[in-house]
Amino acid sequence: MNLLRHRLFWPAAVLLVLIGVNTAVTPGFLDIRTQDGHLYGSLIDIVRFGAPLILISLGMTLVIATGGIDLSVGSVVAIAGALACLRITGQSDQAETLGVLAAVGVALALTAVLGAWNGVLVARFGIQPIVATLILMVAGRGVAQLITEGQIITVNSPPYKLIGGGYWLSLPLSVIIAAGVFALIALLTRRTALGMLLEAVGGNPTAARLTGVRARGLVITVYVVCALCAGVAGLMISSNVSAADGNNAGLWIELDAILAVVIGGTALTGGRFHLTGTVLGALIIQTLATTIYTVGVPPQTTLLFKAVVVMAVCLIQSPRLRARLRGRRAPRTTPATADRTEPSLETPA
Amino acid sequence: MPPLEPVLTMRNITKRFAAVTALDGVDLRLFPGEAHALVGENGAGKSTLIKVLTGIHPHDTGEITIDGEALTATTPAQAQAAGISTVYQEIDLCPNLSVAENIHIGREPRRFGLVDFGRMRRRARELTARLGLDIDVAEPLSAFSPAVQQLVAIVRAVDLRARVLILDEPTSSLDRDETRRLFTVMRALKAEGVAIAFVTHFIDQIYEICERATILRNGRLVGEYPTAELSHVDLVTRMIGKELAALDEIGERPKPSPAALERRPPLLRAEALGRRNAIAPFNLSVHEGEVLGLAGLLGSGRTEIARLLFGADRATSGTITVDGEPATPRSPRAAIARGLAFSPENRKTEGLIADLSIADNILLALQAARGWTRPVPAARRDALVGEYIRALRITPADPDSRVADLSGGNQQKVLLARWLITRPRLLILDEPTRGIDIGAKAEIQRLVASLSAEGMAVVYISAELEEVLRVSHDIAVVRDRELIPDTTGDGTYTMDRLLETIAGGERA
Repeated sequence: MNLLRHRLFWPAAVLLVLIGVNTAVTPGFLDIRTQDGHLYGSLIDIVRFGAPLILISLGMTLVIATGGIDLSVGSVVAIAGALACLRITGQSDQAETLGVLAAVGVALALTAVLGAWNGVLVARFGIQPIVATLILMVAGRGVAQLITEGQIITVNSPPYKLIGGGYWLSLPLSVIIAAGVFALIALLTRRTALGMLLEAVGGNPTAARLTGVRARGLVITVYVVCALCAGVAGLMISSNVSAADGNNAGLWIELDAILAVVIGGTALTGGRFHLTGTVLGALIIQTLATTIYTVGVPPQTTLLFKAVVVMAVCLIQSPRLRARLRGRRAPRTTPATADRTEPSLETPA
Repeated sequence: MPPLEPVLTMRNITKRFAAVTALDGVDLRLFPGEAHALVGENGAGKSTLIKVLTGIHPHDTGEITIDGEALTATTPAQAQAAGISTVYQEIDLCPNLSVAENIHIGREPRRFGLVDFGRMRRRARELTARLGLDIDVAEPLSAFSPAVQQLVAIVRAVDLRARVLILDEPTSSLDRDETRRLFTVMRALKAEGVAIAFVTHFIDQIYEICERATILRNGRLVGEYPTAELSHVDLVTRMIGKELAALDEIGERPKPSPAALERRPPLLRAEALGRRNAIAPFNLSVHEGEVLGLAGLLGSGRTEIARLLFGADRATSGTITVDGEPATPRSPRAAIARGLAFSPENRKTEGLIADLSIADNILLALQAARGWTRPVPAARRDALVGEYIRALRITPADPDSRVADLSGGNQQKVLLARWLITRPRLLILDEPTRGIDIGAKAEIQRLVASLSAEGMAVVYISAELEEVLRVSHDIAVVRDRELIPDTTGDGTYTMDRLLETIAGGERA
């Protein structure tokens, strides 16, 4: 019963069920083999291709904890990839490591500025987060297309290719980066007071103000962190295909990220947040994408299939539904005190 | 003279919520053409009674009759159909719609299935004119002041062919002129034979507009009185009552005499501090080790004073000095930096972060002052939290319990602990004992006494006069958004004297 109550139980269970379905359909699904000292296998692919979504979802978790939301991450993905690729194509030698590092640095610096823009609109001018970030969501696509001049920029740069396609210690570099960012954010929020203050601002802004919490700086920081995560994800995505596509890179990824956060148990109303839950949520979404291919869902019904699974996940986590199910089995238990740390979505977002 | 037959009668109404009895055998009679004041402190049962009457809550026992017929409204719509209309304190209209649309929401005049805007505006103009309201009904509601919006809400309520109109604290956000305008409208309605139930905390207004008053206390009926035969002091005494519970005496220890306190330099001094539409400019000073009691009824402006001192609201006039230095706070953060602390009246909405643990809630103020980069070291954190959980006897004693699951008294103690670990020099407590049981109440009062003995200055706000008398060295009364300084001259307030000042008796 205690295990069932743990907030990570249901996300973990759903992930295991999805993996189980895949294993049943594709017998070799769980196999991991080494080739040239690199690990390969379906599970590795899920984590590798899921790394950008994990990164963005982590940043989104912090934004949502403050009671906000960031719709612009998809556009930031496109801008980061486009700018980095543009800089690299401008180099005489695309393979030069220093030049690639400079390109990455410039791209990330720009994403930080974009995040600060979002943060200032929200915290300083009091614009609703959904509207403030919608501005950059729309404008950002335009900026990305300006950078690429409407074309797809291709690069041929081995150092750049490393970010999304490289290996280190036989593990995909993108996975290592995502794990590193997860560890960094977890340390920053849980070993300093950042997490607690963010939860205070998101949980009860009035009380936080009366207690002397400086919300404005915190909120701006969180949007910068979120944009930086999206920037790194954008570099990964463009590096993986050695190209920058201003139109399609990171398209709709903001919705997957929000979904991952909600599946992970962080409420959209702000307050308590759960980084590990978010990672599980992102992995569920990525595994689902893989499942659609392995199970052979016809392409025209993939979106519907995804929606059904997501709806099931949200229903499982709905405190109201669970209370009702519990009530039928064990009528003596008092109606569950609404557990606000969990999503109460009854239909998919 | 109005006819003596009441249009509405509520008899022996009882309403329980789980284990709590909110109303216990309460009667109410409303007469046509009369305004009837419904008075009582917070938690007395006024709003429950109104909600029973308007069909929001079903009552457990008792009967309601309107024009001699039993009323069985179980929804607000049915109550409206029976002729009972309500205007709530929070204006429940749509600010983005026009005045005319607001008046007709849900029952727009139609032609061929489409809304007939011309007819709607004409009707709205007639209705507003009838109540002496000269406004452009095509303008959006948000273009008008809260007072006019309130009047529009009344126009809407009356247009529902109301015979009974319930006004729930309509004047709490209105200034004097706006209130006068409202009263003009109320007189016009009375002349048309409408029975008005008027909920207010302003004593003067009861006498100005109401013929009758029904007093409630702790869910019970105290009585129904013609206002002409009820003195101010009697009204307030009956409303507040005397707490008979045996709280142990904390005044045993000799209090420092106000004269001795006065000789010390004041810790904080407010001069001509005020905020428009909230509190008239006032002077106030607090000394080290002094407990300054602020007595006054709900809505009198006592919370507004606390918020100004703490920087939660900006003052529109006057200054604050701390230790003789100018220190008018621009934000709570600035006030905290000067050693102030404020435990707000509404624990849930302004104090606690419900989802966080006891430990996080206790540490929040200290941590906010240190900034996020300097977390309180884990060992010190556990020690501090443990120490205060023990000292204040917070239960459950588990620092990881969610604060939302605690009882009111324990939540209040968590808030106190939050500020005490910051070692404030001036602690402002706004209704620290409201809604908590008698044991916790006594503990908190004892704590205040010992804190002040250690040199902490305390501003203690409460509507319970016995409590204020017990804990305070010096008392100021807040009435109708004005601070009335000690009128005894030597700080020797008695219960009667305090009641008289709150009721405004010395002015009469």
